[in-house]
Amino acid sequence: MLDSPLKLHPSVALRPEPFGALAYHYDNRRLIFLKHPTIVDVVKDLEQHPDLQATLSAHGIDEQQWDNYDKAICSLIESDVVVAR
Amino acid sequence: MTALTERMKDGLDAPICITWELTYSCNLSCVHCLSSSGRRDPKELTTEEAFRVVDELREMQVFYVNIGGGEPMIRRDFFDIVEYATSSGVGVKFSTNGTYIDAATAQRLAAMDYLDIQISLDGADAATNDAIRGEGSYDTAMTAMRHLKDAGFGEFKISVVITRHNIAQLDEFKAIADEFGAQLRITRLRPSGRAVDTWEELHPTLDQQRTLHQWLLGHGENVLTGDSFFHLNALGESLPGLNLCGAGRVVCLIDPIGDVYACPFVIHDEFLAGNVRNDGGFAAVWRTSNCFTELRGPQSAGACASCGSWDACQGGCMAAKFFTGLPLDGPDPECVGGDGEYALASAGAIPRPSGDHSKPIAVQLGRRSNA
Amino acid sequence: MYHLGMDTTQPQITEERSEDVSDAEAVAEELELVEEISIDGMCGVY
Ligand code: SF4
Ligand code: SF4
Repeated sequence: MLDSPLKLHPSVALRPEPFGALAYHYDNRRLIFLKHPTIVDVVKDLEQHPDLQATLSAHGIDEQQWDNYDKAICSLIESDVVVAR
Repeated sequence: MTALTERMKDGLDAPICITWELTYSCNLSCVHCLSSSGRRDPKELTTEEAFRVVDELREMQVFYVNIGGGEPMIRRDFFDIVEYATSSGVGVKFSTNGTYIDAATAQRLAAMDYLDIQISLDGADAATNDAIRGEGSYDTAMTAMRHLKDAGFGEFKISVVITRHNIAQLDEFKAIADEFGAQLRITRLRPSGRAVDTWEELHPTLDQQRTLHQWLLGHGENVLTGDSFFHLNALGESLPGLNLCGAGRVVCLIDPIGDVYACPFVIHDEFLAGNVRNDGGFAAVWRTSNCFTELRGPQSAGACASCGSWDACQGGCMAAKFFTGLPLDGPDPECVGGDGEYALASAGAIPRPSGDHSKPIAVQLGRRSNA
Repeated sequence: MYHLGMDTTQPQITEERSEDVSDAEAVAEELELVEEISIDGMCGVY
């Protein structure tokens, strides 16, 4: 997914929590915790960058962690929280 | 317990799900009613006040509210409140006995978005159901479900409280749900409300709990439980769910007069955190009340500390302990290790729930008479 | 408010528990960035 242009699904609301955020999808009613502040920033910002890796580097995320972010974004795509644009 | 559930124990900025009871009025008098409902309370929230509650939930981004009562559809502004909520982005599931769902109402409901319905049914046949919920209530619920199906509502829920008398009917309940294209949701009987007096005769036996655990392990995928049976995890294999007492941490109750309790099963002053009518509204109660702050603090396992199953079952349900006179830091009265039964033998006085809204002559199955 | 057993002389089970979890497991859990919960998976809703 690293080179895919992505965005947050328009029916998803993000609610800030002390450790990150709670994402709620109004259409499929799924509830997903984003368990770190940076993954929240990344998800919010996906639409502003050409693809996922551009978003990750813009947020100064160490390349060693990209796989982990990629995995997280994949699971968010599976639940339709993040979609292709 | 995952890192996430550990964090949830400390509480969230807002609840994930709220139960909101709109009225204490009810046309039925179920013997296990957790809110001792029957008669309307004159102090119940007005329509305007109910709208302000919705506004607060929207601002706090509570995405989902579980509306109940009493019978919530008795309120004349029921649809106004539900529509105000769903159009504010606060999804609704409401629990009803089905009395007020005729063909036309079912069509109106089917046309609404972000709405889920739960019909209460406590027996897979009229005799079993009506012994708990009152004469004719089985037929009423079945008729309502038929209307919802005919109106094309989609997958509503059938809500069953598991008792000693209906636990053998699990497969029949599942068949009824399948017949209506509904989802079966079974939950634990807690000794709350009128069940303070009926729990002893209605709650499943230890053997029945073991059977239930096995049945859930086999059907877990398709049957909802609201994580209410997490005390059964001490039997070995864990059931799906957070395995967490959500009271004041991820859930709470707003009652018809605006009082906020830690969970719908603990309507008692000990768990009353505040009122939505007070300064700061619901948000202040959720974020700053002493009651909720204390619930989010570290809890001791007490007498369960030496039990090898504590990680699995967390000592069970706070409400079940409280309303059977047991200490909160100790085994659940239905502890599958048998420690609860042992503890019950020397339990303290049983606290009475805060308000009794029962009608003067309620069905009183199992109430011990002094005569 | 009911006394919830906050007696600090008692060992806190949650702390004991975290020692059981091996370091590797704890790290793996921290690195998991997202986690789904079921809307019906919370106790205290009827
Ligand atoms: S003794 Fe406590 S921890 Fe052990 S199984 Fe019973 S309730 Fe659960
Ligand atoms: S008090 Fe009991 S019913 Fe309420 S959230 Fe806790 S465990 Fe669940």
